[in-house]
Amino acid sequence: MNNKLNVSLSPHVHSGNTVSGAMYGVLIALIPALCISFWVFGLGAVIVTLTSVVSCIFFEYLIQTIILKKKVTITDGSAALTGVLLAFNLPSNLPIWIIIIGALVAIAVAKLSFGGLGNNIFNPALVGRVFLLISFPVQMTSWPKPGQLTAYTDAVTAATPLAEMKFGLDHSFQIQDLLLGMTGGSLGEVSAIALLLGFSFMLYKKIITWHIPVSIFVAVVVMSFVTGLNPIEQLLAGGLMLGAIFMATDYVTSPMTTRGMVIYGVAIGCLTIIIRKFGVYPEGMSFAILIMNAFTPLINTFVKPKRFGEVVKNG
Amino acid sequence: MLKTFRLGGVHPAENKLSANKKIEQMELPSQVSIPLGQHIGAPATALVKKGDTVKVGTLIAQATGFVSANIHSSVSGTVAKIDNVPDASGNNRPSIIIDVQGDEWEETIDRSETIEKEIKLDSKQIIDKIKECGIVGLGGATFPTHVKLMPPPAFKAEVIVINGVECEPYLTSDHELMLEKAEQIMIGVQILMKAVNVNKAVIGIENNKKDAIELMSNVAASYEGITVQPLKVKYPQGGEKQLIDAVISRQVASGALPISTGAVVQNVGTAYAVYEAVQKNKPLFERVVTVTGKSVKNPINVLARVGTPMNMLIEKAGGLPEDTGKVISGGPMMGKAMPNTNSVVVKGCSGILVIKDLEARRKEMSDCIRCAKCLSACPMGLNPTYLMRVSELAMYDEAESNHIMDCIECGSCSFTCPSNRTLLDYIRLGKGKVGAIIRARAAANAPKK
Amino acid sequence: MNLILIALITLGVIGAIGAVILYFVAQKFYVYEDPRIEQVEQVLPQANCGGCGYPGCKGFADACVKADSLEGLFCPVGGAVVMGKVASILGKEVVESEPKVAVVRCNGTCAARPKTSSYDGAKSCAIASNTFAGETGCSFGCLGFGDCEVSCSFDAIHINEETGLPVVDEEKCTACGSCVKACPKFIIELRAKGKNNRRVFVSCVNKDKGAAAKKACSNACIGCGKCAKECPFDAITIENNLAYIDYNKCKLCRKCVDVCPTGAIHAINFPPRKPKPAETPSENTVVAGSEKKVSNESTAIKDAQSKVSSEQSAENSSN
Repeated sequence: MNNKLNVSLSPHVHSGNTVSGAMYGVLIALIPALCISFWVFGLGAVIVTLTSVVSCIFFEYLIQTIILKKKVTITDGSAALTGVLLAFNLPSNLPIWIIIIGALVAIAVAKLSFGGLGNNIFNPALVGRVFLLISFPVQMTSWPKPGQLTAYTDAVTAATPLAEMKFGLDHSFQIQDLLLGMTGGSLGEVSAIALLLGFSFMLYKKIITWHIPVSIFVAVVVMSFVTGLNPIEQLLAGGLMLGAIFMATDYVTSPMTTRGMVIYGVAIGCLTIIIRKFGVYPEGMSFAILIMNAFTPLINTFVKPKRFGEVVKNG
Repeated sequence: MLKTFRLGGVHPAENKLSANKKIEQMELPSQVSIPLGQHIGAPATALVKKGDTVKVGTLIAQATGFVSANIHSSVSGTVAKIDNVPDASGNNRPSIIIDVQGDEWEETIDRSETIEKEIKLDSKQIIDKIKECGIVGLGGATFPTHVKLMPPPAFKAEVIVINGVECEPYLTSDHELMLEKAEQIMIGVQILMKAVNVNKAVIGIENNKKDAIELMSNVAASYEGITVQPLKVKYPQGGEKQLIDAVISRQVASGALPISTGAVVQNVGTAYAVYEAVQKNKPLFERVVTVTGKSVKNPINVLARVGTPMNMLIEKAGGLPEDTGKVISGGPMMGKAMPNTNSVVVKGCSGILVIKDLEARRKEMSDCIRCAKCLSACPMGLNPTYLMRVSELAMYDEAESNHIMDCIECGSCSFTCPSNRTLLDYIRLGKGKVGAIIRARAAANAPKK
Repeated sequence: MNLILIALITLGVIGAIGAVILYFVAQKFYVYEDPRIEQVEQVLPQANCGGCGYPGCKGFADACVKADSLEGLFCPVGGAVVMGKVASILGKEVVESEPKVAVVRCNGTCAARPKTSSYDGAKSCAIASNTFAGETGCSFGCLGFGDCEVSCSFDAIHINEETGLPVVDEEKCTACGSCVKACPKFIIELRAKGKNNRRVFVSCVNKDKGAAAKKACSNACIGCGKCAKECPFDAITIENNLAYIDYNKCKLCRKCVDVCPTGAIHAINFPPRKPKPAETPSENTVVAGSEKKVSNESTAIKDAQSKVSSEQSAENSSN
């Protein structure tokens, strides 16, 4: 035999898990919510999503080839995922140029300046979203009414359920509207059912574990009781579902141990309700996640995994 | 719910290609080379010299010290020389090379097929016999069995746990042995029970070997104190600590000996070897080896003499395929890739696995995305990605305080990593360095006491 | 105006209070340190390479101050010059030590040492040597994954792409010894720099028997012992089928280089040899006769070189 044998340390087989596999898995899990958003917001949703995804991928390609001169990683799906998640956090009547700025901030500032996928501290999509929220508060908080399928920037706007609750406006919504998504709000945050469907898919595919979302839900319910808010409404309204299931569970910016995940989730849930109740903004999910992203390295340092033979007493 | 160990674990594709292939007898080679170090511990000291005539079963090298094992000739013939021969990793190791002439066994060995049920020896005699016959753990770790049967006085054995798990993909030698030698294994287990003076033994078998579970349960019914425990299929269930956790739900504390849980773990292959040694007076000089791989024409289980060249075994299985990229001694998760196929079968060699070229190559490594899959796969509850980083940066204090020494090197982390990171490579490196630091510290502290 | 005044007063008061607190805290937590430690530290090269065996220059300075004599303490980076300064600060005697340089004792180039398998793990010599003996038939030789290169703080050792072996940049090498520690095969050795940087050494560490060594690598030392017999100074010992030249005894005559059948003995920084080795004896008697022109030239080159290096050493000592 002429060809040389390969030598390496064990293991000699691999599970076949890939980074892109996980990313595309999350994208598939986002499809139900995407469909609902197209159905509810029509043309605007399509334009916002397309712009966001295309510009995220484009910026990643541009920066990696021209500035960083590194291997282009657009095929791993992480840029596309950032694009979809960013779009999900935007109102469907947002002008294209604002979306492009958001995508640039998400990819260039939040992701690649830290060293690309795996090294970023904050969730890129959320950084983009919060940047836009602070820079363009008017455009970012005028939410179109659902059902205007052909309208884009000219859509008629209305308050979101959270704003109605916060500022004591008349309740114009029912719980089933929150579940199905027939309310005003960002693209992806409106339908709780679609998001939960995505959650079960990711659990089934073992892309994420239940710890972070469930601990967020529990913390939100408990905190709502404590602060005298309606737990069900708090749970279903606004970006909580989207944030808990898709943003807080981002691999890179969440803790690695299950105990750490629970701490992280509970903290996000509490912070969200505190911001919703006492803060200036009606919605606190993005801020809560970003704040806890900053604490993730600390949690990783101090919360160690449960070791074999550590707790269990023999006998 | 089937029992299994509690933390981590993965489930690699089983690929038991040679399952239910009867154990074949390997032909005798014309020359064998028997390494002096086939076990954990000090290599044995050669007792023969060039030109000596030996028979099958003749003691040719004696154990050096407590943790060491005797080595017996696996063939009859003349000692050609004692020389350095490259082992499976290419490093030179002293070996005894014997030219084979005929197949004449020592008269003391009982070669009849009858099954000897009655155990005549007492505990001490059994352990002496096992030591004399050079029995080592045949699961792969090759720890001398007699040492394991003599726990430090502070500990008391309560139960014998027999490892019939064979959690490594591809390998089937233990499975086949259980199917063909169930009765003998049971007697071997009884001998082990008598040796450590316990009246309870549990044989753990993974649920992918239903025929073995059924057969062993039936046979065990007529042996008092022995039960068969079916286990959920999960790697690395064959790890000593994992098996104890799975079978008797006790966890070995970090740094403690497995015997601290009262369990003595032995492999089914070892139990069979113990039976042969104690009842038939036959030293350990042959073992069942699985020769397998997706590209191998005829995957087989063969009974091969120690010192038989691996080439011969591969030939028997249909020869080395053209597109071979890797040949592994052992299973795919913990086995050793070999730089060539010239090395020989040793006591710890449970299988020879041939992997195709494309499958053999590792994929390109990318940055860690902190997905924590390695953490959830680690059966010891460690943080592999962190341990890899600190090992890479030579932060050995940090590695030690994060319990790098607890790692059992099962490879679940590298197996599961979506970024194809070489986690275990670096953890092994760090483990080696930290181990050296700990030993140096112990040596420095010793005189002060 | 009033506002500015208030601001100034407030800041002034805060500053004053802060100063008082800092003063007392500094008094309270003051740790006495021998001022000479800092002085010594200042003359050290601040490379923090650990080549001296202490954790960084500070640790070395501490050890120098505390030690009774400077024997055994040597900064390989700064060399005799720096040690002289340290000695003068501490009022202790300098212990002379020869300047050294890292030497790679493997010449199993890709051409000489055919690969028999290929490694597919993490690119690290330490890990590769955990895995197996090496990609070639030689289980002692260089693995070529560059742990030495990574370990060097002075950019003085690099893997040559063509040969697959590390090459030491003598100008940059400070003999700190970190590559010696990094190499899992123990190939790199610190050897005396030698007169005019000339060194003769056995560039092989293969302890296999001659035939096996030769089969694995055509440049291997086969332990034939010809060099040991040839050496007029008893500088060469053969142990485990491997020759070793003691640099303290070697007089750089290069007779061993000539007899080595595999070319395992390397002589470096010597001027090119004259075409006929037979003329060697007459080299030192010189000058008369036109046919000796060649040797004249080569002596001239040597002279020029030794002049340069003596200038260099003069420069060093004046620093």
